[in-house]
Amino acid sequence: MLRYIIKRLIWMIPVILGVLCIVFILSEITPGDPVDQVVGYDAPPEVREAMREAMGLNDPVIIRFFRYIAKVVTKGDLGTSYASGNPVLTELLARFPNTLLLTFASVIVALLIAIPLGVISAVKQYSVIDNASMAFALFGVSIPQFWFALMTLLVFAVKLKWFPASGIEKFSGWVLPVAMIGIANVGNLARITRSSMLEVIRQDYIRTARAKGQKEIAVVVKHGLRNALIPVIANVGNTIGVSLGGAVIAESIFSIPGVGKYMLDAINGRNWPSVQGGIVILAFAFSVTMLVMDLLYTVIDPRLKAEFKAKNKIAVKKKTIREAA
Amino acid sequence: MAKLYTPAMAKIEKKRAKRKGKVRPSTPGREAWKRLRRNRLAIAGMIILIALILVAFFADFIAPYGIDEQMLKERNQTPSSKHLMGTDNYGRDIFSRIIYGTRISLPIGFICVIIAFAFGGTLGAIAAYYGGKVDNVIMRIMDIFQSIPPMLMAIAIAASLGNGVVNLVFAISISTMPARSRIVRAAILTVKRNDYIESARAIGANSSRLLIKYMLPNAIGPILTSFTFSVATAILTVSSLSYIGLGITAPTPEWGSMLSAGKELMRQAPHVLIFPGLMIMITVLALNLFGDGLRDALDPRLK
Repeated sequence: MLRYIIKRLIWMIPVILGVLCIVFILSEITPGDPVDQVVGYDAPPEVREAMREAMGLNDPVIIRFFRYIAKVVTKGDLGTSYASGNPVLTELLARFPNTLLLTFASVIVALLIAIPLGVISAVKQYSVIDNASMAFALFGVSIPQFWFALMTLLVFAVKLKWFPASGIEKFSGWVLPVAMIGIANVGNLARITRSSMLEVIRQDYIRTARAKGQKEIAVVVKHGLRNALIPVIANVGNTIGVSLGGAVIAESIFSIPGVGKYMLDAINGRNWPSVQGGIVILAFAFSVTMLVMDLLYTVIDPRLKAEFKAKNKIAVKKKTIREAA
Repeated sequence: MAKLYTPAMAKIEKKRAKRKGKVRPSTPGREAWKRLRRNRLAIAGMIILIALILVAFFADFIAPYGIDEQMLKERNQTPSSKHLMGTDNYGRDIFSRIIYGTRISLPIGFICVIIAFAFGGTLGAIAAYYGGKVDNVIMRIMDIFQSIPPMLMAIAIAASLGNGVVNLVFAISISTMPARSRIVRAAILTVKRNDYIESARAIGANSSRLLIKYMLPNAIGPILTSFTFSVATAILTVSSLSYIGLGITAPTPEWGSMLSAGKELMRQAPHVLIFPGLMIMITVLALNLFGDGLRDALDPRLK
């Protein structure tokens, strides 16, 4: 078990280096001269050349690549924003909590809606409730998120004025963005919960639980849901990834000052260090979440733990045999 | 799908069927089609898809107005018998633009997925076929690619390369490639250990023949299902990227970019926002319905 955790932790190093590598390659293939963004298109050639030298753009690609990696890894320096002249990392960290809150809020809300929906659908298979909730789930995964957001804006912000159209100063400002990101997740997770629950419900141990006279609710929740949740939890990591992508768009629609809006604004202003910094931060956050989810998964699924223990026992046995010989 | 079935056998069975006349041999494909045919929702999805493809082909005959035909006197009109879905702020007929939009969203969605499967699938198949170190190296590289969420990766690539159809297709294909490689890998792994693979190897089939003639046809079920769902996701991603201004830009009647342009008109002409989104939803819904049916038909053990 411990070995797996250590292995999984060490694996983070190549992942982060890989992400930096991808981001660097993207910055290399970007057309246009970065000097233009710093000193302006009409600057005299000697100013441009001096700036070019100062930015280290005259060095060969390999040197710039290692310099970039070294800067990020040792100093956490993601460069300076062309737009404001401030360090990108500081600007990102100020906005990161909003993005994180938005992502996690929508995943948690989605789980709270999707799991009961999936369980009821599975327990009452082919009933009206099942059909209705599966139709809802299908719509959830088919509706374009940003369009759903526009429609809710139209109805609830412009016509009914229940929620503000932008900003998160008031708590009600969170409702529409969370709903927008959540809708696809609810659809997906409800479908997964249902099919996993359907499988579990046909197992022998459920019949045993019923036979020994347990209440139906205990059978469904204690014996059924607990086992059915494992594939759902396995999918939460993925859901968080999708939600991070959704958050970027939600922030731009609802003008939420988060990493996503920051990045999209930077893309429009050709402010590449900010764009790259945003990608690095979000990818890092996502990798850490995946790591936590993976570790959590081994804790939750007793079968995995048992497998590790069995493997260890065999290893210990082999070792004692070897030592005895 | 794990039935003993080779192309050579199909030929023999065809000849036999010809000789006997009416008897049609049962192949896995026909069995699946029989099951699919009984699924009403899946057939509905298929009919919608075929209708959309026909609309794309005959757009010139269906659309009452041109793509960029501006009727400046009839700006921001609500739906009427003259303009079924109203007009936008340039006085362009939205219905016509949506009809022409089928020529953009559908093919781009399909092309993105074909490319993602061509590259990712090949890598996944190689990883599964050779296993061991090759598998490890390929899949760890895919892991690194996947540590950037696909939507974010697509945004990053599209932003770096700039607007345009080719760049957009590239962005979406690359960002979804790792997930596709995983699907093909898993599919190949399930058929790899079958006896007929061993027997084919024994007759002397080489690696590429084994992969293409024996493994792929038997592993095609989950790949086809995932292909359908992937096209749905790709269409959603294309429209989202176009909406935030990173894909196909304004004058082209792509549904996402139509919404992006209509965003400014939310208060004056909300109808501009409704129909393009509805079209995306119908297309994606049809693909998802068909995909669900396909999954049930190809793998009857599930459900």
